Amino acid sequence: MNDDERNELEREKERWEREVLAPALSASSESRERFETVSGHEIGRLYGPWDLPDADYVRDIGFPGEYPFTRGIHSTMYRGRPWTIRQFMGFGDPDESNRRLKYLIEHGAPGLNVAFDMPTIHGLDSDHPLAHGEVGRNGVPLDSLEDMERLFADIPLAEVSTSLVIAYPPIPSMYLAMAIDQGADLKRLQGTFQNDSFCRDVAANVRVLPRRAELKLCTDVVEYFTLNVPRWYPISIVGYQIREKGCTAAQELAFNLSDGIEFVKSFINRGLDVDRFGPRLSFMWNAHNDFFEEIAKYRAARRMWAQIMKERFGARDPRSMMIRFHTQTAGCSLTAQQPLNNVVRATIQGLAAVLGGTQSLHTDSYDEAMALPTEESSKLAVRTQQIIAEESGVANTIDPMGGSYFVEKLTSELEEEAWEYINRIDEMGGMLEAVENGFIQREVARAAWRYQKDVESGKQVIVGVNKYVEEDEPPIELLKITQEMEDAQKERIARLKERRDEGKTREATEKLREAAENNENLFELTMDAVRAYATLEEVWDVYRDRYGKFEESSTLVESV
Amino acid sequence: MSSINIICLSLWTDRTKTGEKRGGMEKRIRVFLAKPGLDGHDRGVLIVGQALRDAGMEVIYSGLKQTPENLVEATLQEDVDVLGLSILSGAHMALIPRIMELLRESDAQDVTVIAGGVIPREDAEVLVAEHGVSRVFGPGTDTREIVAFIREREEQR
Repeated sequence: MNDDERNELEREKERWEREVLAPALSASSESRERFETVSGHEIGRLYGPWDLPDADYVRDIGFPGEYPFTRGIHSTMYRGRPWTIRQFMGFGDPDESNRRLKYLIEHGAPGLNVAFDMPTIHGLDSDHPLAHGEVGRNGVPLDSLEDMERLFADIPLAEVSTSLVIAYPPIPSMYLAMAIDQGADLKRLQGTFQNDSFCRDVAANVRVLPRRAELKLCTDVVEYFTLNVPRWYPISIVGYQIREKGCTAAQELAFNLSDGIEFVKSFINRGLDVDRFGPRLSFMWNAHNDFFEEIAKYRAARRMWAQIMKERFGARDPRSMMIRFHTQTAGCSLTAQQPLNNVVRATIQGLAAVLGGTQSLHTDSYDEAMALPTEESSKLAVRTQQIIAEESGVANTIDPMGGSYFVEKLTSELEEEAWEYINRIDEMGGMLEAVENGFIQREVARAAWRYQKDVESGKQVIVGVNKYVEEDEPPIELLKITQEMEDAQKERIARLKERRDEGKTREATEKLREAAENNENLFELTMDAVRAYATLEEVWDVYRDRYGKFEESSTLVESV
Repeated sequence: MSSINIICLSLWTDRTKTGEKRGGMEKRIRVFLAKPGLDGHDRGVLIVGQALRDAGMEVIYSGLKQTPENLVEATLQEDVDVLGLSILSGAHMALIPRIMELLRESDAQDVTVIAGGVIPREDAEVLVAEHGVSRVFGPGTDTREIVAFIREREEQR
């Protein structure tokens, strides 16, 4: 825009405000004084070219598949390849979960995505006293390589892409051992491990070992896979869960990219080349209620990560600068009241993720505010994505929101807000320090409290909860997980321990122990131990003996 | 995880302020909020803690990953009026009945027990009818409803 055009536009805008808008506002005011996103970000009445006076299309927005990737990481996006329908699943025991995996594949959800139960996530076997009542309740229990084989029975690993939401070597090594046994070509094997210690720590409150030891074990997995299983994504840097804990969209963006920065530093310190592991980093975001804010968030994330990898870490391969990501619709937005409304929420949220250019997507099931999904509700969640993908036409063109004055402006504003946070975190020394000093936790707690107050004051409407409330809703059918499954799982561990070659198991765990003492990469020796049927807990005990336990401190739960 | 880690948050247990306002005459309701089991979801429990504190109650928080035994021991030691249990991991039907049983064995039935989290209605009914939980607050509960319930209940005593 030249000066004349800019002046002309300014004059026309003022004229409209004076002659059209002002009389309308004096006749009847707007419904609110301030309009804002679910994160509290103020939204203007109207956006236009005046909001992007200095925009440079090629520099700031550019073309898909090219730096800075604002419009998408692939040059053809969904026209070439649709996003992967990847539904998070796991419950009961490995056999039940295997049935559900096959059910999802059969109904057109090819991306496998496994959730583990609380004991497994903590490195405890199903027969540990603390596992009582928790086995299979919110994920699948996995105590040994034998359970991994049950979980993936009849599923050819060379032909699928599997996401395992788990960190550190034990479970990934069970998966790899099984793939090797199946004769899969490791150069072609595809999938993702979550393997994000910060996400576990800050968002999920899963802390087993001291922070630096957990970061080391993440790095072991990344190093091993970078060198040996080149098409695997050995880490998924997760903003999803911290958003679930109540932070804003800009905070999710900033905290997760800072999380990514900390990992890249760790991998470089390990001696890995940024362009070797850079193309194998993946990310995960939340899809919350505010449609445009979420779209802007994904677009800003692409532009920011590209800049971080190129300018900060000196990546040269464009593939290292691409942020490829999975998205899940917001579990925290689901309501137990009028549960079918959640189908609509998942549709809008899933659509935002698609318009934001996600590579894979999980849409939540409508019953998940009360239990894990039934077959029926999980199928409806798959159908939701299929309708977005194949009926709505939204995937026909690349980044259809690009060029919207509003979306471009919001993208830049979120980016700016996130950079401010990233700079503050950098000043503290990085994500590890920002977590250790409680900064991240305090920011999240504050945002969560503000949101709660907004819901309780009615400022933030939640249909069926604080508006359009119905009394006496009929109950819906929910998935039940029985105590018998837990008991049978415990029984299996006992039988495995009787059956296995105890000498071999002990030998393998002792070798692992020595390697841990010497601070070596523990992936391969962990794989040897699980192959010798050491249980999950036995392997973790080696880690716990070596690194000690995480000491909980009160800084983590400071009040607002 | 062996010994209980009670984290008395300074803001939550600031006795002097409200005590002065009330002339120190009225006994403040003492609430112990707890996370039994391995569940790490603490958004809800922290929000409830903040709301109860703002309503003038004295709040103690257990921190994460506590066993039923530890929680009951702390409930007795801290001489609380209300025990609030937060579980979102699906382990409620194993952990809550065990806690209620231990409270009964310790003659501490006078402690009001409330629960919250991802607890299906059917399970909530069993916890109230068969195990003596006073009330289960489901997802989406307004914190003012919890405050009102506790106040009403404590006034009746």
